[in-house]
Formats: sequence, C-alpha cells, structure tokens
Amino acid sequence: MNANRPWWRPDGFAVYAIIYLTFIYLPVLFLPLFSFNKSKYIAFPLKGFTLQWYQKMINTPDLLEALMNSVKVGITVAILSTMFGLLAAKAVTRYRIPGRGAVMGFIMVPLVIPGIILAISLLILITQLDIPLSLWTVGFAHMLLCTPFAMLVLISRMEGFDRSLEEAALDLGENAWMTFWRVTFPIVLPGIIASLLLTFTISFDEFVLAFFLTSTDPTLPIYIWSSLRFPLKLPPVLALGATIFVLSFIVVSFAEWIRRRGVKLESSSGI
Amino acid sequence: MSDPIISFQGVNKRFGQVTAVDNASFDIQRGEFFSLLGPSGCGKTTLLRMVAGFEVPSEGEIMIDGQPMSATPPNHRPVNMVFQNYAIFPHLDVRNNIAFGMRKAGLTRAELDKRIDEVLELIKLPGYGGRGADELSGGQRQRVALARALIKQPKVLLLDEPLGALDKKLREQMQIELRQLQQQIGITFLFVTHDQEEALTLSDRIAVMSEGAVMEIASPGQLYESPGSPFVADFIGSMNFFEGEVLSSTDNAMTVETGALGTVSVTNSDAQMVSGQKAWVAIRPEKMQPVFSDPGDLANTAGGTMGPSAYLGDRSHFYVHLPQREDPVLVALQNLERSMTQLHKPNQPVWLQWASDAVVVLPRD
Repeated sequence: MNANRPWWRPDGFAVYAIIYLTFIYLPVLFLPLFSFNKSKYIAFPLKGFTLQWYQKMINTPDLLEALMNSVKVGITVAILSTMFGLLAAKAVTRYRIPGRGAVMGFIMVPLVIPGIILAISLLILITQLDIPLSLWTVGFAHMLLCTPFAMLVLISRMEGFDRSLEEAALDLGENAWMTFWRVTFPIVLPGIIASLLLTFTISFDEFVLAFFLTSTDPTLPIYIWSSLRFPLKLPPVLALGATIFVLSFIVVSFAEWIRRRGVKLESSSGI
Repeated sequence: MSDPIISFQGVNKRFGQVTAVDNASFDIQRGEFFSLLGPSGCGKTTLLRMVAGFEVPSEGEIMIDGQPMSATPPNHRPVNMVFQNYAIFPHLDVRNNIAFGMRKAGLTRAELDKRIDEVLELIKLPGYGGRGADELSGGQRQRVALARALIKQPKVLLLDEPLGALDKKLREQMQIELRQLQQQIGITFLFVTHDQEEALTLSDRIAVMSEGAVMEIASPGQLYESPGSPFVADFIGSMNFFEGEVLSSTDNAMTVETGALGTVSVTNSDAQMVSGQKAWVAIRPEKMQPVFSDPGDLANTAGGTMGPSAYLGDRSHFYVHLPQREDPVLVALQNLERSMTQLHKPNQPVWLQWASDAVVVLPRD
C-alpha cells in the first residue's frame, strides 16, 4: 500500500484484500460470536453474553464421545499415513524403481476420485468381505485419502535436501538405519510435522467416507451434521466449533513457525 | 613401491550401455597426493565413488591396503570423503559435525572434545566449534568437511573437486594449505579435479582420464614437459602441434621434417621412433622465442608474420602466421619489463626460435 495515501482512501489492492479477508473470515467469526450468545436460536439480534453453551458442551457425553472418536481416528490416520508417506517418499526419491510413474499415479488416484464414489466402492468392498463397519473402517478409508497428501508433502521435502548428506553419514561409518535417524529424520522433520498436521486435519473433518463407513460410533462431523436437525443440540456444537477454531489457529501458527525454521536451515545448507 | 595403499585391478563400471570407467588398473602409493584429472564425464568421479563404496565396479576389484573391497559397504571402508558441496549437516553445529563419525570410536566425552579441538586447530578454525552450519563461509565449510573426515584417521582421504566452489584467490590459498596439510599428516590423498592447474600444483602424481580410460599416469613435470600422447600434450597446458615425418633417429637425437617449421632437430626425446614414421612435433608456447631480425640460416628457426596478440599482465600471447600452416602458432612471452606500449605491430615479419631439447615428438597415426 502506498504509504502517502491516507487510511480512509485505500487503493484498489487494499480494498480487494479487505473484501477477501472479510469473505473468508466473517462467516467463521459467527461461530465464536453465537457460542457466547444467550439464546437457543442462532439468529440476530444477540441476546446477551453467556458461557452456558461451553458448560453444556462439557456435559454432553455424546458430543465428547464423537470428538474423541474423531481425535482417535485422526491421530492414528495421521501417524500411519505419514509413515507410509515417508517410506514411499524415500523410495521414490532415493531409488530407481521400475514403473515409478505408474506406481505414483495409482497412489495419487484417491486425490482425484470424488469422495462419494470412493465411499460407495469402499462400502461395497467392505460389506462383501463381511467386515463389520466401525471406526476401523473409517480409519482405513481415511488412510487411503491421506497417504497421497502425506506423500506429496514429504516428497517435496525429500527432493529438497541434498543426497550427499546421507552419503556423508554412510561415509562417516553409520549404517542405513542410523543414517536415517541421525540425518534424514531431523532434516525432514518439518515435513513430517506438516504431514501429521495436514493428514490429521483431513481425517478430522472428513464427512462423506465417515458417514458411509461408520456404524454406531459417529465421528465429530457426523455428530454435528445430525445435530443440525435438533436446534437445542446446536449451541454446544458452536462452542465446540469455536474451541476447535482457536486450537487449530494455535497449532497452524506453530506448524508454520516450525516450517520456516526448516526452510532457514535448508537454505543455509547451500553454499 | 611394492605395497600400494590402493590398487585398481581391471576395474570397469558400466551404467546401462555407457561405460563410465574402462579397465582401470593402477596403484596408488602410501602417502601420495594422487589426482584424477580429466574433463567432466571422463569417469574420474565414478572411480572415486567406487573407492568410497557408493558405486560398485561392474568388473574388477579395488584393494585398499591389501584388502579386497567389493563386499565392503561404504561405512566399513577405511577411507573418508570430502564431498564436492561439502555436505555439512545443516542441523548440527561445527563440533557435532566433526564428532559425527566418532560415535563408535569408544572415546570418553573429554577425549573426544580434546580430539575435536586438535582438528579444529589443524584446520585453523579454533573456537569455531559452536558455529552453526549456516554461519560458515564457503572456505570454512570446506575446512569443516576436511576436519570431519580427518578425525576418523582414514587410510586414504578422498576429495571430490573440493575447491571447485571457491573463488580464485581463496582456491589458490586452499591449494597451498591442502598440500601443507597432506605433508603434515602424511595420509594418502586421492583428489578429483577437472582443473589441470590445480592438479599440477597439488599432486605427486596425476592420472589423466578421458572417456573412462586412464590415458597416462605421471608426475606433473613429466606430464607437462614429456607427455606420452597427443591427447595429454593437448589437455595439459597449451601446445603447438606440427605434422611431420621422422628423417633420422638415433638413441637420443632425431631429425623430423615438418612443412611449417622446416627440418627440426630434436634432442632429449623419450619417444622411440624410426625414420619414415609419421610424427607430431609439439612445442609449448613459452618455449618459442620471437625474434624481430632475420637470424639467417640458423637451425630451429622459422619465419612468419605477426598476427593478433593478447596482453595478460604477467605475460603476453602472440599468434604468428607461418607460410605453410593454416592455424597461427601461439607464442607466450613473459613481460619481464615494465612497459605499457605495444611493441609489436600486426603483419610485422617475425622469426620463431626454439631449443632442440624443447621439442616433444609423438607418434601420429
């Protein structure tokens, strides 16, 4: 923005930026706003300040159980898909694999298949195999979805760092396993953290696959969706939404901080 | 000379259809500063990486200190490497970079600290232990890479173009330091470079490589003054080549008939050649003197006209056109006197003069 321009006459870009940020964040801000509103109904005008919905949130076992289900599935999926992603990324970037392009293509396919199609095909497969629907089947489906994302994040990280660092570790007497732990892992750690956060987030708010593949244990998105039909159940969900919003803001800021430190380290490894 | 530290025995390396190293068989002696010199893609780095264990020979065997190495992985070989880009671990400080390979050395913390201080002293970076990798200049990174390898006390230190990334002044300084360091610690250095001047400055012996094959192994002086083949003569330094044919040949003297230089008499030549054989007569630019008055019927002179010249500060290059030769002859002259005027005009008549022992004769196919 032009420094000489008075603030009440912003230029075109500033106006665009303000409209953009408003468009993105205004709807989200309704969440915390109504979570403090002293009314069952989500509508203006606001009736007054209250913390009762937060209290009610804590005292709603169904809601907390759904939250815990999502957290459990999310953490498991994040760890497993990041692990698979890391192994795949190492294989793809460090070894000459025959048919590498085809393998990569097949792994990436879930990224472009519409979720509903994937959900239906998985449902058919799982019922055909007589596997009971549960959080495990949800987790399995989420891994299918999350592993390509983990791979993308980790491949770019692995490609970014100098292969001779691993050779140097071998040359200095470490075997492949210790080379991984002493050199590869610390250097790709920012990528691993980014992948964990990304895959957790994807699993945490995924609806379609979870809706098709779970039985009696709802994940949080499914619980929220079902609460929409009961206005009285909704305000505690708003409180939960606001809490998650603040928590994810903190987590993402932290992740970004880690990532920048990683970039700084990496740029210093050049000459 | 019978107990080499490294012995290449019929080493071949193929990548698919491409032969990177073609039947390398030679020995490197203990305590030598040995260079592999050649243009990029000549196989010198592949040969070095096979010694380190990062590549496996397709055929043949590499012996290090009498032990065959083909079944030994890189982490169990008694050699260490300084990488082209130094490969300093970015997440560790200088001290931890140097200590990296010492985990299994069985030293106490205090002993290790003492050793690290010693090598920091050796590479002239005392007090730099706490620096991060991002706080080092190119020259300092290079020293840390050296220290990290040397603390392991390898039988051979492998260096893969370690000075390539430095600017000219720093490179020349590091060349001297590297040479002193090698003489000080007495470890065999196997050094890869494409820079012939660097190889001449540093090495005890040089292997000149081209397209996977070792062309010649000799001392710097021998390679420059008495190259064994036209390729080496051309690759090391500048050389003027003249086509000719041997007229007569005795034990250490020869006469060669050339078109451009007339009949050249040669003494002090190693080449075993018979009369009638086709030959190259090769003379270094600095071993021909320009003379600006007719020397008359003197042997080993040739008359021509002055072509373009180039002033290089410490010396000047002249190109001289000879009547029976298409390409001009390059003549280098030391600028011993301080003078800012161009002494020689183009198209001025000039005579070239050379000593009969300055001439190299090589067989021509």
